[in-house]
Amino acid sequence: MTDHGVTIGSVAAALLQLVLLAAGAPYLIGMMRQVRARLEGRVGAGIGQPWRDLRKQLRKEPMRPDGTSWVFAGAPRVLLASTVLVAVVAPLLSTVSPLAGAADIFAVVSLLLLGTVALAVAGVDTGTAFGGMGASRAMTVAALAEPTILLAGFALSSRVGSSNLADIVAGTLVMPATVLSPASLLAAVAFAVVVVAETGRLPVDNPATHLELTMIHEAMVLEYAGPDLALVELAAGMRLTVLLGLGASLFLPWGIATSAAPLSLLGAAAVLVAKVAALGAILAAFEVFVAKWRLFRVPELLAGSFLFGLLAVSASFFLA
Amino acid sequence: MTVIAAGLLIVALAAAAGALGGACAPARIRALLAGLLTALSGAGGITAGVAALSGQSWSMRLPHLLPLGSAELSVDPLSGAFLVIIGAVAVAAGVYSVGYTAPGGSHPTDDIEPAHETVPDAGGAASRTCQATLPLFVASMLLVPAAASVTTLLLTWELMALSSLVLVLADHRSRGSVRDAALWYAGMTHAGLAAILVGLVLFAGGTGGESFVSLREGADTLSPGLRSAVFVLTFLGFGSKAGMVPLHVWLPRAHAESPSHVSALMSAAMVNLGVYGVVRVAFDLLGGGPRWWGVLVLAFGCLSATYGVLQATVATDLKRLLGYSTSENVGLMLIGIGAAGIFAADGNRPLAGLLLAAAVLHAANHAAFKALLFLGAGSVLRATGLRDLDRLGGLAARMPATTAMFGFAALAAAALPPGNGFVSEWLLLQGLIHSLTLGGTPSVIVAVSMPLAVAVVALTAGLGAAAFVKAFAVGFLARPRSDAAASASEGPWPMRAAMASMLLVCLTLGLAPALAGAPLTRILAMLPTVRDGAPLAGSGVTLHLAGIAGSMSPLLIAAGLLGVAAVVVALVRSVGARRPRRVALVWGCGGTRLDPRMEYTATSFAEPLMRVFDDVLRPEHDVTVTPYAESRYLVESVQFRQRVPDRVEARIYPPLLAAAAWWGDRSRAVANGSVHRYLAYGFFGFVAVLIVVGFTA
Repeated sequence: MTDHGVTIGSVAAALLQLVLLAAGAPYLIGMMRQVRARLEGRVGAGIGQPWRDLRKQLRKEPMRPDGTSWVFAGAPRVLLASTVLVAVVAPLLSTVSPLAGAADIFAVVSLLLLGTVALAVAGVDTGTAFGGMGASRAMTVAALAEPTILLAGFALSSRVGSSNLADIVAGTLVMPATVLSPASLLAAVAFAVVVVAETGRLPVDNPATHLELTMIHEAMVLEYAGPDLALVELAAGMRLTVLLGLGASLFLPWGIATSAAPLSLLGAAAVLVAKVAALGAILAAFEVFVAKWRLFRVPELLAGSFLFGLLAVSASFFLA
Repeated sequence: MTVIAAGLLIVALAAAAGALGGACAPARIRALLAGLLTALSGAGGITAGVAALSGQSWSMRLPHLLPLGSAELSVDPLSGAFLVIIGAVAVAAGVYSVGYTAPGGSHPTDDIEPAHETVPDAGGAASRTCQATLPLFVASMLLVPAAASVTTLLLTWELMALSSLVLVLADHRSRGSVRDAALWYAGMTHAGLAAILVGLVLFAGGTGGESFVSLREGADTLSPGLRSAVFVLTFLGFGSKAGMVPLHVWLPRAHAESPSHVSALMSAAMVNLGVYGVVRVAFDLLGGGPRWWGVLVLAFGCLSATYGVLQATVATDLKRLLGYSTSENVGLMLIGIGAAGIFAADGNRPLAGLLLAAAVLHAANHAAFKALLFLGAGSVLRATGLRDLDRLGGLAARMPATTAMFGFAALAAAALPPGNGFVSEWLLLQGLIHSLTLGGTPSVIVAVSMPLAVAVVALTAGLGAAAFVKAFAVGFLARPRSDAAASASEGPWPMRAAMASMLLVCLTLGLAPALAGAPLTRILAMLPTVRDGAPLAGSGVTLHLAGIAGSMSPLLIAAGLLGVAAVVVALVRSVGARRPRRVALVWGCGGTRLDPRMEYTATSFAEPLMRVFDDVLRPEHDVTVTPYAESRYLVESVQFRQRVPDRVEARIYPPLLAAAAWWGDRSRAVANGSVHRYLAYGFFGFVAVLIVVGFTA
């Protein structure tokens, strides 16, 4: 068991983690675009471009498309709030958490889904065909990805007897061999597919596309402009960063601080940045070599990952 | 007089007065009288239930009240929980009915173009019969958990079925589908009653007494075969009332066609009594059973949850969607009960207790959010005459309070924080997770069934979110898709007040679930194979599981969400341009003239998922292309129709109904209408009974 409680150290760790994720997320997106650009033979805009975009969008005039309700304006705030909450409670830097009551794997998954749901509802609220289409597709993907991530979480948490993320990570740190257990490996595969699907990366969704009929995420947020769009983009970037960080914590937990000592936190921060950057670069490089799948082949991918999740849970029971 | 007795007395007196008022009072005050007295009756139920949950108990025996035996009533914590649930829903439904049955609403009829063509009236629910029956329905539901003998239980159960049947039939004059729904409901509920009757009569016959006390004492003396027969029969009977698949066929029909406050009562209160019956008989009266009982319940739970959520995902009728979601949630409760049964048979009490507590808590949570959802759907129906999501929309601006409250309830139904559905699903998952660490080496049944149960819970979580995003977003947001939706407005204030009361219950259960810890412990303490310590503890902020490493704080999550959102808003204000929001044209990729017909509908929203689950749902498509008379290459119109028939119903029921019809045909030869012959049957039948009794006695 790890100790939970509100101490100065744990609060500092959580804040450091939040700042790191919020500031680093646009750089991660920029870095991934840069990797793709270089591999495709382009120069690229540099890794700072997403931050420059955000700054520009934030200063624009806020807009409200005619006929939309409070849901449209509220959704980006709910999306960002749920993402920030996950960014605070997930054990990416250290296993001491000031908010142990919310660091539950099911709570974290539900918070992420809450963000997806908020954006989908807002997509329908615009009343355009594209908004509805994006929302419908996003909910289809989420409805199939959600069970998978719950199963993966279940497989990991039934091993340590707790669904608290910090306990799961701490349990893996104590017994490193469990990372190579069948349950853990199967869960890792399922989790990877879910990360790709939930964050709208290739081959599920193309983050660089603006061809209407193929979009998922971009179709949903088509009507957003200015500060609202900045919030959506920042939240989307942070979701990707948090999910990559969570994957690193759950399946490659080395380097995570088990105390709130300043030096170990700084070390953990460096390790986290390195791990997330490496995962992001791998994901971006992978995207260069795959094309977007037909929308109706995506469920096959997700059903496959659901099967992996189920196998992971079964493995954790039978090979216990 | 104890508090419980006083509460039940209020239940009976208020219901009697309400029935009298509904039947005799002049039309102007009829709705007010019947509605408020129904609410008072519900309040009596809450009073009795809270007293029982806080540790009091009470029982009463009225020897010669009933023809076949004595009326026995008894209230223990398990009854108390269901008294509170039913009472709370009844209070909201009673208050709501005052507004709902007031003149001025639109009610759908069989006409192709509903609503505005029909004369706005108060609908069938405002009739004398329905107003008088509503309090009786509530009182009979409240008496079911208080019943303490077989005869009392069966009588109150039947009274509940009949009174609800009258209410389902409220609009039978204006819509043929109501009569169809009522027929299905009557058939299924009586088949269920027959199963319960046979099961409990076997039970009482084996133990030599019909009061619950003697059943409890004699349960151990029954042979295992008889115990299992009693369990299976009562489980099927109670399961049909609970809307368990494949016995659910009546549910989406009856819940969709009855007046909305009655739908709320049926879906949020009556269905729970099926769950109550299963727990009462299996865990209390029979005192637990072998492992396969649990597996059976778990299997039916998994089937109900999966099938219910799939149908809800593709449904386009708002109230049918909610009805299927009821089947889904009952499935989740049955998963909890079934898993609890498995662990109780293994002697693993902490887990069994936790899972049973999760099931009971989910019953309460489901009642709260489902009542709110049905009341919200009723407000929409009354304002527009529409249940079809494909033609709704644009209500956020026209019915803001209803939209906001329905939105929160949809969040809860999708099991997302900070809704209350999230809490009980979390508890259920906790129970399933710890089946590995707390159970020692898992037995093969556990190792096979738990991963499947988890997969089902996970699947319902994902698909449920899609279903409720569809219900809320397509039904309430965007532009109105029909004239009826465009001219909607909020109904009378009692409807909103009733919904607000349910919202309050949802919030309380969602943010402070630890309050339910002590009552749940008292319920578990009375069940012999489950009782063990406190499953839940907590300071009101954080929910801790006793004996198990698990804690979660819904309040912290909600506060965190609100706090962060406030900070985000403040940051955007300070960093960004401080200009007011400008209303601009919708861009829509350059489409300037947006028509409501371009919007996504519920059907199109669910289309990708329909495609994914094509093999399970088997939708029926019907495309009609009409060319111009001049040339068959010029298309004048294309019609597309899609229907998703209930496959379980289409596969299982036609053969059964055909067999019943065949049997009826055959018996016509015996019953030819001659009174002489019937008298002879009576005579010989009686003689035969006498001979049998004479030889066996």
